[in-house]
Amino acid sequence: MRTLPDQEIVVVGGGLVGAAVAWGLARKGLAPLVLDGEDLSHRASRANFALVWVQGKGVGAPHYARWTIAAARRWPSFAADLLETSGIDVGLRQRGGFTFALAGSEMAMWTEEVGCVAEALGEDAPDHAVLDHAETARMVPAIGRDVVGAIYSPLDGDVNSLRLFRALHVGMLNLGAAYRPHSDVTEIVPKAGGFLLTGAWGEVLAGRVVLAAGNGNTRLAPMVGLSAPTLQSKGQILVTEKCAPFFPYTSTTLRQTDEGGVMIGDSQEADTSSIATDQDISSVLASRAVRTFPQLAAVNVLRSWSGFRVKTPDGLPIYECSSTHPGACLVMCHSGVTLAPNHAELVADAIVSRDTTLAGGLFPGGRFHVPQD
Amino acid sequence: MFRKIENPKDLVTIVVDGRELEVDATASVAAALLGAGMATVRRSVVTDQPRGPYCLMGICFECLVTIDGVQNRQACMVPVRDGMTISSQRGARTTQGGGR
Repeated sequence: MRTLPDQEIVVVGGGLVGAAVAWGLARKGLAPLVLDGEDLSHRASRANFALVWVQGKGVGAPHYARWTIAAARRWPSFAADLLETSGIDVGLRQRGGFTFALAGSEMAMWTEEVGCVAEALGEDAPDHAVLDHAETARMVPAIGRDVVGAIYSPLDGDVNSLRLFRALHVGMLNLGAAYRPHSDVTEIVPKAGGFLLTGAWGEVLAGRVVLAAGNGNTRLAPMVGLSAPTLQSKGQILVTEKCAPFFPYTSTTLRQTDEGGVMIGDSQEADTSSIATDQDISSVLASRAVRTFPQLAAVNVLRSWSGFRVKTPDGLPIYECSSTHPGACLVMCHSGVTLAPNHAELVADAIVSRDTTLAGGLFPGGRFHVPQD
Repeated sequence: MFRKIENPKDLVTIVVDGRELEVDATASVAAALLGAGMATVRRSVVTDQPRGPYCLMGICFECLVTIDGVQNRQACMVPVRDGMTISSQRGARTTQGGGR
């Protein structure tokens, strides 16, 4: 056990969300300490699909659609700022994204989803197009006969998520943040007007604390009067060998990275806590990918991996500052890539200026408190 | 670079980038290429740097070559066969044809 020097502000969690917040805090002149977990901690940042994705998000939740759209529009300048602070190009491409339908029922479902969002947002709705097979094939000649149609949205895109992770970490250190791995926080106790954070590694006294520990927030949030319920949601991804470019756009289930590998996703399992990949799921993913792009049949899969999403009961983020424990805030979401500019700029700026209303106060954890009759 | 420590009992003929080579019938493609003094078998996909067999046990994917028209085969995992045609690679595999 060792006691670290007192800190003005500590960010708990060094994934995409924690690093984005720390990068933003440091850019505004704070010197946050990021306490990160173990190498083998479950990390959504390591398993994500790297999309900057707007299409279909926010059905029944127009505030989430607007929050997502704002992030997608901020991405180009954010990518430039990351390059400037880290020297790393994250490979942002916003050429548009497709949701490919392999059955009429899927097409109907996607069409209804984007229609709902467009109707709720009115003039603010991002462009989208509902395409039949021939219209899709004109834009993406490589699609297979099984593709009945697609939704296309020009605002969607992707990044190289490994480089995004690296850029946030290098950038935050260059800006004056500090990073400490192997520092799982197991207890947070109010002390001396701040918080004493403790783990097997030692302890540190922090004036303020930002919880950005992904699914770990569920355990930590109640220690500072907040609430962060999560559901189990496991995703699995296949990655192929690097190929010559054949798909310059992106899609929900298949994208070709800037370096040529094809990532194929993304499954959803709600009933398992095992992190192991499942071959039956891999074969479904591969089969859908080959029906969408038949030429992939000859390409070798090199790796598959899985991860647990950070999924709240309604799938939306939680941004909240504690009213019972002033100085403690919570930032968590599923879409840590898409929303990174919002976390690094809007959320971090609010925390810097001690504004206790994060993201317009639209995403409190208290929304899950349903009175029990 | 490498020197044979025993004389092969049987030889087969393979064609590497158009050149005929007599090699040990029990060798892997990677061993045959290294034995023939060919340390670079491809150029990397991302940076176009020279690459050659490294781990020789199927892990590192550095020794990728095209064998009998099939791209990106691991030379260290494929035994040579009489008449086999091998070509070095430059850049990424294509997804049009040439697959297994």
